[in-house]
Amino acid sequence: MPALIELEEAFFHFKKDKESQKELRHLQETYIGRPTPLYFAKRLTKHLGGAKIYLKREDLAHTGAHKINNAVGQVLLAEHMGKRRVIAETGAGQHGVATATGAALLGLDCEIYMGTEDMERQALNVFRMKLLGAKVTEVPTGSRTLKDAINEALRDWTTNVRDTHYVLGTVFGPHPFPVMVRDFQSVIGKEAKRQILDAEGRLPDYLVACVGGGSNAMGLFYEFLNEDVKMIGVEAGGKGIETGEHAARFAGGSIGVFQGCKSYLLQDSDGNVLGTHSVSAGLDYASIGPEHPFLRDTGRVKYTYATDVEALSAFELLSKIEGIIPALESAHAIAEVLKLAPELSNEKVMIINLSGRGDKDVQHVARIKGMEL
Amino acid sequence: MSRIEKTFRRLKKERKKAFIPYIMAGDPSLDVTKEIVLLFEECGADIVELGVPFSDPMADGPTIQRASERALKNGVTLKKVISQVEDIRQTTQIPIVLMTYYNPIFKYGIENFIRDSAAAGVDGVIIPDLPPDEAGDFINLSKSTALDTIFLLAPTSTDERVKKVTKASSGFVYYVSITGITGSALLLDGSMETLISNIRKYTNKPIAVGFGVSAPDEASAVARLSDGVIVGSAIVKRLHDSPDELKSYLMSIREAIK
Repeated sequence: MPALIELEEAFFHFKKDKESQKELRHLQETYIGRPTPLYFAKRLTKHLGGAKIYLKREDLAHTGAHKINNAVGQVLLAEHMGKRRVIAETGAGQHGVATATGAALLGLDCEIYMGTEDMERQALNVFRMKLLGAKVTEVPTGSRTLKDAINEALRDWTTNVRDTHYVLGTVFGPHPFPVMVRDFQSVIGKEAKRQILDAEGRLPDYLVACVGGGSNAMGLFYEFLNEDVKMIGVEAGGKGIETGEHAARFAGGSIGVFQGCKSYLLQDSDGNVLGTHSVSAGLDYASIGPEHPFLRDTGRVKYTYATDVEALSAFELLSKIEGIIPALESAHAIAEVLKLAPELSNEKVMIINLSGRGDKDVQHVARIKGMEL
Repeated sequence: MSRIEKTFRRLKKERKKAFIPYIMAGDPSLDVTKEIVLLFEECGADIVELGVPFSDPMADGPTIQRASERALKNGVTLKKVISQVEDIRQTTQIPIVLMTYYNPIFKYGIENFIRDSAAAGVDGVIIPDLPPDEAGDFINLSKSTALDTIFLLAPTSTDERVKKVTKASSGFVYYVSITGITGSALLLDGSMETLISNIRKYTNKPIAVGFGVSAPDEASAVARLSDGVIVGSAIVKRLHDSPDELKSYLMSIREAIK
């Protein structure tokens, strides 16, 4: 608890500190490459024959995903707090790569925890992290995936709290993490709002984003919460809800308390956390950032899911039709748009958060299709 | 007065310190757990701490994590642990404290858990992922029963935390000897003495020390500074690797705690 209180105070101080904010903005522009474009997907729109589809190109941010927005913010905060070591968990490897990048940028020591199973699925990102100077530590316990990596990172943080900052990668965990990560990601929605006003002269009708922990969705949605805009969060339906092999917390979970926050959780009747499945490692997680249940239960955001098969076909379609290979996570959001856009008139406007690029998934998809590269 | 309070009161009168051994319930089986609780008593334990297995024991080191995985594989649940305590109560009146993570309790229902565990003869509960800040309901509901709520303090706790945690705790206060997880190496420099005497400025409640106590000389050093010594991972490890040595180990620790 003292560490969380210290972090909360430091974060609010950081937010008010003009020099820190100036540095953050400077790095967003010159290092991350912000603002990322809002791209009108003309051929996809035509193909679906309904609403106009815009893609918020977070895949074009440095390191290839929105994760860098939070990582750069938090490493600056760590430096602001005088902590010279950062640690992080990673599932797909994107947050690990982003944190290792941020640490390299500021010359901080960096250790990344990753489940054994994820290390096998995402060998490329493991090597990227090592190239960036981070130590990658394997987590062979529990289900050997993201949740176990978080447990191990929490254990490290409890042990080394005096000189270490834990760069949690999503809008999850104990306060202030959900607020802080949302704040660093909200740049996505702020830019998208300005950009769609420039392009269309009005706000969009729909926002669509995939939801693992939920940071790219919160980043896009937050700026629009008080506007008349419909929002849809897409969870990982895996092999289908009825099979039990999925990561759809709303469709298949119930309220629980896990890793420092109260939210929807995939758990058994005794309160043990269940294993999850998704074709995309970044959505393969048993719980969801606590603001999402609030947005769902108040009716502000609608949540649905896309299965592995649907996400894979969206992955291929976007690659062929727009020349953009999306991350398998983002492909879940595309999959929902493939269903929804044709039902809407061509006056409607949608923004999809294309949260990451799919280079990291190419080998995995090839393997699923029975090809050896 | 709760059974735990009575125990500490008696020990104080006798100028002794409490020996609080821990095992993971259901590792290797609930029947063995019962035998071990009785062995603990025979070896002079004053209070017994029973771990409840959980899928994600984030405050625990590898030894207890693995014990937890084994117990879960045996189908052990919070419910089964509570009914095993009920069974153990037929044979012994030694105070029993459960150490469990919060989600199994939340899923069980806080009120149901407090009612059932108190009725079964559980004397106290330690929930490492429930800070007193979030435990208002739990503490209030426990007050009408004999169940003690034991919260944790760490070397990093500020005076404000010490005030809050000692106030919320009943039975005893759990001082975590190190910043870290169960089974880590203990650091016996002068800092523990300073920190414990600082806690005593705020409370008269007994203070027991756990996390990292393994060797008899460590137990002895910790006992001199506190009111009780909790030994977990070292016991779990012996029970699993070399059960024949467990009894002599327990006796050596008991001997060291004065």
